[in-house]
Amino acid sequence: MAQLPWLSLLVFFPLAAAILVAIMPANAHKPIRWWATIAALAEFVFSLPLWWRVIPGQAGFQFEEKLDWIPVLGAQYHLGVDGVSGLLALLTTFTTLIAILGAWTSVEKRSREFFALVLALEAGMLGTFFCLDLLLFYVFWEAMLIPMYLLIGVWGGQRRVYAAVKFFLYTMAGSVLMLVAILSLWFLQKQYSGVPTFDLQAFYQLPLAPSRQLWMFLAFAFAFAIKVPMFPLHTWLPDAHVEAPTAGSVILAAVLLKMGTYGFLRFAMPLFPNALVVCAPYIAWLAIIGIVYGALVAMVQPDLKKLVAYSSVSHMGFAMLGLMAMNAQGFAGSMMTMLNHGVSTGALFLLVGVIYERRHTRKIADFGGLWKVVPVYSVIFLVVMLSSVGLPGTNGFIGEFLVLLGAFKHSVPWAAVAATGVILSACYMLWMFQRVVFGPVTHEENRKLTDLSFRERLVFAPLLLLIFWMGVAPQPFLDRMQPTLDRVLQMTNDRAQMMTASDAAATAPLASRLQAAPAVNAAPAEQGGAR
Amino acid sequence: MNLPMLWIIPALPLAAVALNLLFGDRLGKRGTAFLACGAVGLAFAAAVRAVLTLAARSEEERQIVETAWTWFRVGDFSVDVSFLLDPLSAIMVLVVTGVGFLIHVYSTGYMAEDPSFRRFFLYLNLFMFAMLTLVLADNYLLMFVGWEGVGLCSYLLIGFWYEKQSATDAGKKAFIVNRIGDFGFLLGVMFLIAWTGSVNYERVFASAPHLFTAGGTIITLATLLMFVGATGKSAQIPLYVWLPDAMEGPTPVSALIHAATMVTAGVYMVVRSHVLFEMAPVTLEVIAIVGAATALMAATIGLVQNDIKRVLAYSTVSQLGYMFFACGVGAFGAGIFHVMTHAFFKALLFLGAGSVIYGMHHEQDMRKMGGLAGKMPVTHATMLIATIAIAGIPPFAGFWSKDEILAKAFATGHYGIFAAGLLGAVMTAFYMFRLYVLTFQGKPRFDENGGHAHAHAADAHGAHMTHDAHGHGAHDDHGHDHGHGGPVKESPWNMTVPLSVLAVLSVVGGWIGIGKPFIEGESWMGRWLEPVLGSGPHVHHLAVSTEFGLMGLSVAVAAFGIFMAFRAYLQSPSIATAMHERFGGLHRTLYHKYWVDEFYGAVAVNPVYQASMRLWRFWDEKVVDGIVNGVGYFLEGVSALLRLFQTGYVGTYALFITLGVLALFLHFLRS
Repeated sequence: MAQLPWLSLLVFFPLAAAILVAIMPANAHKPIRWWATIAALAEFVFSLPLWWRVIPGQAGFQFEEKLDWIPVLGAQYHLGVDGVSGLLALLTTFTTLIAILGAWTSVEKRSREFFALVLALEAGMLGTFFCLDLLLFYVFWEAMLIPMYLLIGVWGGQRRVYAAVKFFLYTMAGSVLMLVAILSLWFLQKQYSGVPTFDLQAFYQLPLAPSRQLWMFLAFAFAFAIKVPMFPLHTWLPDAHVEAPTAGSVILAAVLLKMGTYGFLRFAMPLFPNALVVCAPYIAWLAIIGIVYGALVAMVQPDLKKLVAYSSVSHMGFAMLGLMAMNAQGFAGSMMTMLNHGVSTGALFLLVGVIYERRHTRKIADFGGLWKVVPVYSVIFLVVMLSSVGLPGTNGFIGEFLVLLGAFKHSVPWAAVAATGVILSACYMLWMFQRVVFGPVTHEENRKLTDLSFRERLVFAPLLLLIFWMGVAPQPFLDRMQPTLDRVLQMTNDRAQMMTASDAAATAPLASRLQAAPAVNAAPAEQGGAR
Repeated sequence: MNLPMLWIIPALPLAAVALNLLFGDRLGKRGTAFLACGAVGLAFAAAVRAVLTLAARSEEERQIVETAWTWFRVGDFSVDVSFLLDPLSAIMVLVVTGVGFLIHVYSTGYMAEDPSFRRFFLYLNLFMFAMLTLVLADNYLLMFVGWEGVGLCSYLLIGFWYEKQSATDAGKKAFIVNRIGDFGFLLGVMFLIAWTGSVNYERVFASAPHLFTAGGTIITLATLLMFVGATGKSAQIPLYVWLPDAMEGPTPVSALIHAATMVTAGVYMVVRSHVLFEMAPVTLEVIAIVGAATALMAATIGLVQNDIKRVLAYSTVSQLGYMFFACGVGAFGAGIFHVMTHAFFKALLFLGAGSVIYGMHHEQDMRKMGGLAGKMPVTHATMLIATIAIAGIPPFAGFWSKDEILAKAFATGHYGIFAAGLLGAVMTAFYMFRLYVLTFQGKPRFDENGGHAHAHAADAHGAHMTHDAHGHGAHDDHGHDHGHGGPVKESPWNMTVPLSVLAVLSVVGGWIGIGKPFIEGESWMGRWLEPVLGSGPHVHHLAVSTEFGLMGLSVAVAAFGIFMAFRAYLQSPSIATAMHERFGGLHRTLYHKYWVDEFYGAVAVNPVYQASMRLWRFWDEKVVDGIVNGVGYFLEGVSALLRLFQTGYVGTYALFITLGVLALFLHFLRS
């Protein structure tokens, strides 16, 4: 397989499938959804070697492919995969398959275009995860936007246009700044080495004066923070989620939000480590505010989808906090949280989709007493809800615990405030669950609800499996991500020190901060002795 | 040597859960009952075998560790799924599986007519799995799996009759209040990880003396946080509020989870961590005070409640307080001893109450009972034994453990705590015999031929009937038509046999803790726990005469309480009426549980809800979206101008992007 351009095939197979689906006869609903599903399934199977072929012990990029793209600019078509992008790519192919299978009966108009766009979106997402060239990254990043924009704008609910434009503008606002920073990097690189290039690994070697890093870091961080989304840039998310069709919400939550945290991990943090040190406390506190804020606002939502959307803000706050802790547990916790959020929140949106499809309402008040009517659905809902709440034994706990532990090692107040999220998540989830599933049946329409069909059970079965697998025996996942995470951590720290040393005179106050930071980290160890 | 398998003990009920899930619909009620009880019975057998193996070893070697797999490992931190059997977990595992098995059997009778029979046993088995994981874990994080697992089962079982608003409210409240405790517990454990690098008991306890300064801030903070976790799970001030409401669940659940096993998890955790707590005298002081205060406060509330299960619930909160102040004065062994005896007599009391409720066709108000002694002989006899046991009359089980706690408090110079304990003992004897008298003695205050009970009975608290209409109606209402008809009669064998077994245990269960002044040296219980707990706090031993004096005192106050209960509720009810008219304000305060729920609602629940609403409506929708939409309108205005030159929106965007990028790029190049 090493001979084949495997990653390129992974990226472009869904695109080819999308084109094929797009030229099928418009009214052939059944063949369209069958072919879309088969394509997504094939893609998932084809991506499975990411699990065992990407060598767990190896930290660097594997399966690299490099072709000249725009020689004048030094832009290359450069793909590669490592532990982090490999897992996120698997999450992508898995989620796309689940989302397509889940959307079989819910899309009534223009199903051909719908499935084609979902597949095209998959190509964009995979390209974003695999590419190692910043110009190419920008292209994929923007390309991803278009299918999502259309999914919301065409198949969305009543305020779909507002939501789609808001989503589009927010993301554009962020990515334009990022583009400027990318171009600047290119310029500096050319100045430094004389060779024009957008290559990420070259940028990893590029010394940047700490004084220069700040605005570039902020430009990247702004783009990624919008995607995460971090408080206070999150207001596009509830609207986008509420209006998006179920499959769109699932992919948006499970994969698109991870682009933000992934961007921090891959680009913003290792490229601009000195700026990171300066900004980390602020970002961490924004993340913590996000955790608490998202949970509080989720509590008062009357709309199921909005509730889940705000819970995403809370969960992604955990993912960001773990990154800012800048230690092994925080990183691994953040990465686990990304995967968990993909599984659990994806499942929650699917669950909401199931009853929306039957009742055409998402208002919590329109339900109640579902346990009596649809027991299988309710039990699955219960398990997913508990995993979202972070019950030990489910996936949610591992991520939250590791993030909190990493945060705790960095700063006790971070962990103490963030841990209130543990209480608040129980508040909003349990209350919602009580109003939807428990109680007597209050609306006559709900009495006739049908329980999950075979296809729907097929959608939820792997999700439940993952919830328990990642909760009970998460080590295979951790083994795959840790070498890469260690490498990022190492690189970030090394670069920070190197550039501080080279720019000591200009940035004296910064240097002192840098030296102070490891001392804080090491405090317990010094007193603790043996670890 | 053929070692016993520890993992099989929690695995058996878990397997039953899986089988129930997969094949439960084909099993029928009989099959389900067999599966559920069989799994727990086998778990009990496995536990007995493991404990016997343990006991056969010499004292220094009494520890069996079994590692199943590495749960997770990140950087220098790793956690195993690993089990530990030592004398402490041995006691817990026997109590949990033993009492658990009896309650499972009882439930086959009590729940026989419930349409959700299968779901009930599924939850119950799941609970056993979680509880056994909790007590058998060899590290704090695996303990936490069980810890939250039992919380989940408690949530599901309290809200078992999910169509009832009050039941699901109570379940939710239990889970959330417990989560507040868990928040503390997690942070406490993180202190341990940050300093010792491990969650494994053995490693933490071995390194703690070198890493923490005894009495220092860190260990005090860490243990206080862990104790916050204990106050949640074990219903102590300030987090006790969920337990009385938990009585919404089926009565066997109250017996198993909310009396005998789960609620003692906090005590177990503190005793398990005694090495850490002993290093933090301030924390111990806090525990002693909180325990004593809880014991007293809950007892005062218990004095005036009319719902039979509510009385027992407050009694449980109160008895847990005793266990905690035992730990607080350093008598960890006495705390665990009381956990055990309490499990016997309190499970019996709840099951007896369940039998009464069953016999009375789901009536829980004691004012509508009375005179049941002759109609339900087995229930009456066993319940009487349990009542004597909890009141603290020798040689019944409760006497020995309560006396040891009080003696230890006295011996360590905690006279205030001792006095509080003694006062609590009077009240305990009083309210328990009030319950006994109102239920079993006197004349029946219901229609003996079936039909509905009399509302206006010869009862001291009749005047407060109206209060019961709202808020206190924790009635064990199944929703199935058990009917309010038929005469009151004794419960079937599968309910009375467990009652009888527990009654025997409530008599003899305390004898293993008989120590000085009756025998030379430590009690059997004390010696058994010594490998875990050490030889206990170094206090000067009390003189034999003092020991006997204290015993006499505690028997005397118990007897006084019993006497008063008989006088006030059997011989001359006018006393109770007069008292309660005289102290109307006090009575109302107690009856309404000091208005603590209302207080929490006003200062915590409601403000948080209002604030969240405001955050959403104001910050998100007005401030942030105001800015975003403002920018949008601005752009729309600009593009309206630009539309003069440019057709179509896409182009406009493209132009904007290009111009913007160029401008910023140029700006950067210049700087």
